[in-house]
Amino acid sequence: MREAAPILELRRLTMRFGGLKAVDGLSFSMAAGTIHGLIGPNGAGKTTTFNAISGFYRPSGGRIFHDGRDITALPMEKVASLGLVRTFQHATLFRELSVRENVLVGCYLRRKSGLSDAILGNWREREKALAQETTELLGFFGLEDRGDFPAGNLPHGMQRALGMAIALAARPRLMLLDEPFAGMNAAETESMMRLVLRLRERGVSILLVEHDMRAVMGLCDCITVMNFGKLLAQGTPAAIVSHPQVISAYLGSGMDDDAAGM
Amino acid sequence: MPESATAALFSVRRWLPWAALVALLVALPFFLTYSQKEILVFTTINVILVVGYRHLTLTGEWSLGHVVMMGCGAYASALAAKYASVPVPLAILFGGAAAAAVGWLLSWPLLRMKGFYFLIGSFAAGEVIRLLWKRFRDPFGGAKGIKRIPGLEEVQFGPLRIDFFDPVAYYFFALTVAAACIWLLWRMEHSPLGALYHAVHWGDDLARSVGVPARKLRRRAMVTASFFAGTAGALLAHYVGTVNPTRFNVEEMVYVLTWAIVGGVTTLYGPILGVVSLTLVNEIMLRGLGLDQWRPLFYGVVLILSVLFLPRGLESLVLQARAHLAQLLARHQGER
Repeated sequence: MREAAPILELRRLTMRFGGLKAVDGLSFSMAAGTIHGLIGPNGAGKTTTFNAISGFYRPSGGRIFHDGRDITALPMEKVASLGLVRTFQHATLFRELSVRENVLVGCYLRRKSGLSDAILGNWREREKALAQETTELLGFFGLEDRGDFPAGNLPHGMQRALGMAIALAARPRLMLLDEPFAGMNAAETESMMRLVLRLRERGVSILLVEHDMRAVMGLCDCITVMNFGKLLAQGTPAAIVSHPQVISAYLGSGMDDDAAGM
Repeated sequence: MPESATAALFSVRRWLPWAALVALLVALPFFLTYSQKEILVFTTINVILVVGYRHLTLTGEWSLGHVVMMGCGAYASALAAKYASVPVPLAILFGGAAAAAVGWLLSWPLLRMKGFYFLIGSFAAGEVIRLLWKRFRDPFGGAKGIKRIPGLEEVQFGPLRIDFFDPVAYYFFALTVAAACIWLLWRMEHSPLGALYHAVHWGDDLARSVGVPARKLRRRAMVTASFFAGTAGALLAHYVGTVNPTRFNVEEMVYVLTWAIVGGVTTLYGPILGVVSLTLVNEIMLRGLGLDQWRPLFYGVVLILSVLFLPRGLESLVLQARAHLAQLLARHQGER
């Protein structure tokens, strides 16, 4: 039996924009079932890395493997169908659709809706099975009594939760969360942290880009630090906090600022 | 009051407006002059054209090639009926299918673009097709187009003989087709597919991130829209008896755009309101006053005025009226 492949592996990933190397030969891997943090100062290339992994950008060089399968340069919808789903910092939901309809869009991969189905109305039966599943998902994210709400009217914290519900509806094995704590107050951050931990309990591995150091240190099993598009350090939160290069490049000022800002 | 009676009343309230609409549409041609009957036929065909157009706008894309798709259906159906002796009803279906096929082909280059670029690209692609009709005398007949296209054959129902050269008969035929088209489009929109079109419109990156193939869905909408445009074109060809490239030029496209914008595109009836009301104003005011040459100017002014003063279209008036009515009813019931 072969050893379990890492859920995500980057090999010398490079992302070039004109003369600028936003990501420069980045390699790291993360084990299945873990919460992995990707941090670094502003402009270090974290979000660009995310975009390259999820197929939103086409990498200029290097390879990306998801669960042993090469997903380099696959389009985003294909990557999603292989079980790797990302969330976005902004525009994380369909504002005009109801909360339930939002989650149903996330169910697309199990909901194949052809033209003939639409005309004949065959979809009603299948929707019934999905209705139960969406109810369960809404419950998981504490949105069960908001199902018929227009998504755009939800409070901020719930909008974020709904964004994750849409992603989880696609049944990913690896979720990429892009700054899930941005703009959240202390209470919202608390509940989002609990949510991320419960996601892992469901068997979803999580790669996280985040500025909120308290959340990153509290959640992650392993942290990768980037600076100027390159790997700076990798290790457990405890090792990262005391890593001299990390401190000089980033945490020395950044951590205090973030901590003070909360 | 017993419960079954209220239920019956409720269902009457449901179907009564529809019955009234059907009665109105059936009775309508018998109160019109011959030329007004002809306009009724064209309006019915234009309804199919514009509801098909709206279907594409569900995914957020606005095309300037829709009228050329109509032309594809018209030419294909005319050629099939005239040279291959295909029965006209089949030829009309073939016209729709041919337009859908052309739409599918064009979608490959065009749907690499979005928004403004798609708009301009669709215009360019449409002009290329239109100029091909003009350029190739065989089989498209060049600038003069195709003439003497066979019409629908007479039908004999016992003593009743239906002659489709009569605009009233053709109106009922076109009305049936239009009703079928509207029903099909309604079914598609009110299925998971409609929600996905919406998702692709308002957040295609988010939709793609959970595996929704946005471009494929846009393609499906474009092919569907082209099919209905082609069907409308085929209906036109077999009624008028001629097709030519000028009938499908960009001026006609601007009319379609104006109907859609003036009517609004968030509801299925919005564009229908647009085409019907503008045709009414057009025929009563312009033709009645002998100002037919002013039509483009009139449409331009109407477009500007509606964008300025009614940006959400005529349909927004209906939506507001319904909200008011619901409020009034609620208040009335509250008082009792």
